[in-house]
Amino acid sequence: MKHFVQDLWRKFTGNKRALFFGYIFLFVALAVLPFLLSNTVGLTWVRILDFALIYAMLALGLNIVVGFAGLLDLGYIAFYAVGAYTWALLASPQFDLHLPFWAILPIGAGMAALFGVLLGAPTLRLRGDYLAIVTLGFGEIIRIFLNNLDHPINVTNGPIGINKIDPISIGGADLTRTHELLGVSFSGAHTYYYVLLTLLFMTVVICVRLEKSRIGRAWLAIREDELAAQAMGINTRNVKLLAFALGAMFGGIAGGLFASLQGFVSPESFGLLESIMVLCMVVLGGMGHVYGVLLGAILLTVLPEILRSTASPIQSTLFGDVYIDPEALRMLLFGLALILVMLIRPTGLWPSPKRRTSVDPDIAKD
Amino acid sequence: MSFLETHALGVRYGGIRAVRGVDISVEEGETVALIGANGAGKSSMLNAIAGVLPHTGRVSFDNEDLTNRPVFDRVRLGISMVPEGRGVFGRLTVEENLLMGAYLGNSQKDQDLDLKQMYDFFPRLKERRRQTGGTLSGGEQQMLAIGRALMSRPKLLLLDEPSMGLAPIMVEKIFEVIRGVSKTGVTILLVEQNARLALQSSQRAYVMESGELSITGESNELLYSPKIRSSYLGEGD
Repeated sequence: MKHFVQDLWRKFTGNKRALFFGYIFLFVALAVLPFLLSNTVGLTWVRILDFALIYAMLALGLNIVVGFAGLLDLGYIAFYAVGAYTWALLASPQFDLHLPFWAILPIGAGMAALFGVLLGAPTLRLRGDYLAIVTLGFGEIIRIFLNNLDHPINVTNGPIGINKIDPISIGGADLTRTHELLGVSFSGAHTYYYVLLTLLFMTVVICVRLEKSRIGRAWLAIREDELAAQAMGINTRNVKLLAFALGAMFGGIAGGLFASLQGFVSPESFGLLESIMVLCMVVLGGMGHVYGVLLGAILLTVLPEILRSTASPIQSTLFGDVYIDPEALRMLLFGLALILVMLIRPTGLWPSPKRRTSVDPDIAKD
Repeated sequence: MSFLETHALGVRYGGIRAVRGVDISVEEGETVALIGANGAGKSSMLNAIAGVLPHTGRVSFDNEDLTNRPVFDRVRLGISMVPEGRGVFGRLTVEENLLMGAYLGNSQKDQDLDLKQMYDFFPRLKERRRQTGGTLSGGEQQMLAIGRALMSRPKLLLLDEPSMGLAPIMVEKIFEVIRGVSKTGVTILLVEQNARLALQSSQRAYVMESGELSITGESNELLYSPKIRSSYLGEGD
């Protein structure tokens, strides 16, 4: 069965024409997906999809740090927070600043990258579990700062958070409102979907190019053996800092988009559990494999929501009553799914093809 | 000034002085062995010369002072190290491992040329070029590590325990490779516990004992020196 699927996949990707039509199909499917969802299961699902795209971007950023460079980061959500708060402070009534999105997005990305370097610089000599502990602490520090920066000077509004954050607006058109274009009505969730999809597509392209670049190869070498990587002439300090900065940058961009979509940020969105969630997406999808991570992020955002909406109705039709709270069931099944995946596919659902380590008879011949 | 020279080289791990002011010199084209018991400071010497360990004293190479120069600078100047335990990138393919060795430069054309040369030199690696490094046997990994180090076209090759953990027949093969590399004009500094093989494949040798040099001399003379024979070649007197 496994070989059958693999053969089919190889035949498909080997056939240029099939691949071309595959891309067209994918493009059309992604384009009509939000309308399909809003007309069948409701607009909420388009919003869930939006969040899935944001999480995918976040996971791709973390994948640079953890998957490519092998630096275990348990406080990654901090960069998401930095991006979100940068957006919130620069485009809300908080300081009465309303910068346009094309200005905030790079500022947020830059701020997050700066924080990435700030975290990276003191931890350059740490690896594995030690690095994990320090990054975990860093994530908490950022969250606690956000929670307490309401005095002596009120910057972040403390635990209350910042409200009424500006959405993205293009040419004065607020993207969260409903717009008519060519006779089709786009709700805010729909418009955001296309914006996010475009940005995510760019992120994927950048990640794939990065992995194949010189820097990408240096990251992989550091991940495999840092001493040997040094002996190859890799400036491990700079290359590691770059991984932290670039990973943080994507986190910052995702954070900004989150703030603008949600319209509200508070410190409680950036806890340790969120960091772990993003790490789960990376590990479950296939650490170091861009498409695997993408899959992991989409699955881990969408599946719990499906469960949330179906757990109660299924229980009441089967047993006539709701016995287990859907929220509790969600964590239970989530944990179970993680354990199962790690047992059955320890390298993730869709690992990078190189990580299949067995000898391939076709290859040995040439 | 010699090709490679260390002056009062010292390495410390916390309070422990692993290398205590060692002066060695290697001439261009030579193969020099550094032998000694476990913990004598041989590997620390090598790592200090490569720049991966902080050290005191001075290191000069090819008329350049290397002291305080980072590792990548030393690689750029032509020093390439095969680390102890080989340091093969386990999840990269053999070919990617080799190309990693050319990280610091050379045009695509030169890289292709070097790659082809490595495959001529190590036919085993050609057969396995699309396999991941971790799936190779110990001997093949050692060949890969040496090939990878040669991809940077080094003037000086530092080899740290190339025989470690290998079957005797593989050890012979690796040393054949090392002699072959030496014939192409690359200067070699070799750290090795297998004193006999090290002496047989080198022109000169330094013997280290608790962080200091104890004996130095021509390798073929040391092979017959009674002290070396009893302490390092396992022959009773």
